[in-house]
Amino acid sequence: MSSARDEVLGRIRRALADRPAPAEVRRDYRRTGELDRTALLDLLVDRLVDYKASVRRCAEPELAGTLVDALTERGAARVVVPPGLPWDLPGAVRDDDLTAAELDDLDGVVTACAVAVAETGTIVLDSSPDQGRRMITLVPDYHLCVVRADQVVQIVPEAVARLDPDRPLTWISGPSATSDIELNRVEGVHGPRTLEVVLVD
Amino acid sequence: MTVFLGLPRADPESHLHGAPFPQAARAAIADTQLRRNLGNATATIRAKRARVVGEVPDWAALRAAGAAIKDDTLARLPELLVQLEEAVTARGGTVHWARDATEANRIVTALVQATGADEVVKVKSMATQEIGLNEALEAAGIAAWETDLAELIVQLGHDTPSHILVPAIHRNRAEIREIFLREMGRVGLPAPADLTDSPPALADAARRHLRQKFLDARVAISGANFAVASTGTLSVVESEGNGRMCITLPRTLITVMGIEKLVPTWQDLEVFLQLLPRSSTGERMNPYTSMWSGAVEGQEFHLVLLDNGRTAVLSDPEGRAALRCIRCSACLNVCPVYERTGGHAYGSIYPGPIGAVLSPQMTGPSQNSTLPYASSLCGACYDACPVAIDIPSMLVHLRSQVPHPAAERAVMRSVAYAMGSPRRWAVALAVSKAGRLLGRRRGRLSTLPPPLSGWTSSRDLPLPPAESFRDWWTRTHGDGS
Repeated sequence: MSSARDEVLGRIRRALADRPAPAEVRRDYRRTGELDRTALLDLLVDRLVDYKASVRRCAEPELAGTLVDALTERGAARVVVPPGLPWDLPGAVRDDDLTAAELDDLDGVVTACAVAVAETGTIVLDSSPDQGRRMITLVPDYHLCVVRADQVVQIVPEAVARLDPDRPLTWISGPSATSDIELNRVEGVHGPRTLEVVLVD
Repeated sequence: MTVFLGLPRADPESHLHGAPFPQAARAAIADTQLRRNLGNATATIRAKRARVVGEVPDWAALRAAGAAIKDDTLARLPELLVQLEEAVTARGGTVHWARDATEANRIVTALVQATGADEVVKVKSMATQEIGLNEALEAAGIAAWETDLAELIVQLGHDTPSHILVPAIHRNRAEIREIFLREMGRVGLPAPADLTDSPPALADAARRHLRQKFLDARVAISGANFAVASTGTLSVVESEGNGRMCITLPRTLITVMGIEKLVPTWQDLEVFLQLLPRSSTGERMNPYTSMWSGAVEGQEFHLVLLDNGRTAVLSDPEGRAALRCIRCSACLNVCPVYERTGGHAYGSIYPGPIGAVLSPQMTGPSQNSTLPYASSLCGACYDACPVAIDIPSMLVHLRSQVPHPAAERAVMRSVAYAMGSPRRWAVALAVSKAGRLLGRRRGRLSTLPPPLSGWTSSRDLPLPPAESFRDWWTRTHGDGS
C-alpha cells in the first residue's frame, strides 16, 4: 500500500493531466507608497485611533519620560519588558521565561516593534530582543508599543519586504476585537484590551 | 490498459452535505427571527466591505494578482507541496498527509494522545469542521474547546455553523445571552448571573470563560489561512486574540490545512493580506495575524495536509478555480439566496455561493444534486470575490452534471412539444389563460398538479396574461392571413 503522501501527490498529478499552464502573475499593484513623511505619520495616527488604539507622539529625547507618563496614567505599576528593551523603566520586570500565569498577574507590557503600516494602522512584531516572545505581548491586558518614524511604511507590500519570514511574526491592528455578535465590532476579547502607541519622531 | 475511475471524493463522514436545499430552505424562510438576524448582519457587512474596498485605488490589480497567484499555485501544486514539506521539516516541524477525513482525524487524535492531554483548545478552522474533528476527538475521550466567540456560541448552543466567517450569524444578542447563561457553567466558568445582552458584556463573559482554558492548555489545533511554500510559513488571520492564545501558549501545535491553501512565495502574502481582511470583515486589516515557520519558541509543531475531495475538484478544468477560494465569505454576504435562507439550508459547512460549487465538487454531484440550483445566478458573488472565482458559470456547469429534477424535465418536455407546431402553441396559450382562474385571488400560482408541483414547490408562477401577444396582434392588425 502506498503512503498517503505518495497517493495524494499521485492524485494531484492525475488531476492535472490536462497540464494547465502556470498563470502569469502581474504585480502591477502598488508596491511603494507616495506620501511624504509628515503625511505618512499622520495617516498612521489616524488609522490607529480609528481602530481604538491610543497614540502619543514625542521626540527621541522625551521618550523615556513619555513612557513613564503613560504607565503612570494607566496605573500600570508592574509591567513586563523583553530582555533587549533599550529603555530603562522603573519597576519593570525583565522577561526571563515567565509562565503564562505569571504574565497574567502583571499590569502590562512595553515593547518596540519591527514595522508599522500607516494605511492599515498595523504594527508588526518580529520577536527581536526588543520585542520578546509572542507570549509577553499577548497575556497582559495592556500593551504599550514604541514605533520609531523610520519603521513606518505606507502600504502592506513595503512591510512584507522588510520582514523576515523565519521569525515568528505578529501583526497587530488595534486592540483585540470581535464582530461575532450581530456583526457589530466590540473591542476587547482575548488579547490585550488596550493598545497604546508611542510614535517617536 | 488501465481504466480511469476518477478521483476519490470527500469522505462520507465529512460535513459537506445534508437535506436537499429546497426542503431545508423552506424551514429557514419560515423563520422570521432568522431572516431578521441575517438581513441585519448581511446589510451591515456589505456596507463596511464596500467602503474599505472603495478606499483601495489598485483593488482590480490586486484581485487579478490574487487570482493569478492561486491559479499558478494549483498548476504547480505537487512541486509546491513538496517544497512546503521540505521547508517546514527543515525548520523543525513534522508534516503529515491525509487522504480523507478519517485519516486526518486518526492522525490528529494520535498526536494529541501522544502528549497525554485529554483536552485541546481550537482556533476556528473550516478544515477541522469539514472533517468532523471535534466529534472524532470526543469519541477518543478528548474534549475540544472552540475559542472563537462565534464558534463558542455554536458549540455551547449544540448548534451548527451557518456562515464561513461568522458561524453564529443566525443568532442575535438575546439568544446568545440565553445560551451563555444556560451552558457555560456546565463546561467551565459560568456566565455572571446578571449578564446583559450588550455585545461588550457577552464578549467579556467569553473572555473570562476561556481564560483558564488558554492558560492550562497543552495542545492547540488550528487551521491555516495561508502557507508559503518557499519558506514554510503558516499564518492564521483573526480578530479576537484567541488564535494568538492557541498558537502561542500550548507546547504542542497541530495545524490542519487543505492542500490548496498554499501560496508559492513570501512576497505573495502582500496581495492576500490586502484582499482577505477587506473582503471578509470589511476592515482595513484584521486585528491579529500570526505567522510562524516550523517549530518556534520551543513548541512542537505538526502540519497535516488534507485532500478529502480537493483533488477531485482539481481534476475538472472548468471547476478547479473554486480552489482559489480564501474563505473570506464576501460571496455569502452579497447573495440574495443566502440572505433569505441562511447557511444551514446548504447542508454543508461551506454554505452560500462558494459552498454551492465547492460542496458538490468535493462530494460528487450526486451527493449534493440540489446545490447547483441554490442560486439566482445574479452574479453578485462573482463581483464580490477577491480572487475572481466565476461562481455563476461554475453553477451552470455543475447543473449540467447533476441529474435534473423530474418536474423540470416534465416542464421542458411539454414546452418543447407545444412549441413544436403553431397550432399546438395556440392551444397551449388558450389553455394557459384558464390558469388565471386557479390563482386569481393571490395574483400568482403557487401550486400546480403533479408532476408540475415539483416546479412550484420552490417557485411561484406569475399568472398568464389576460391577453397573449398573438391575440393582441390579431385584434389590432387583423388575422393577416
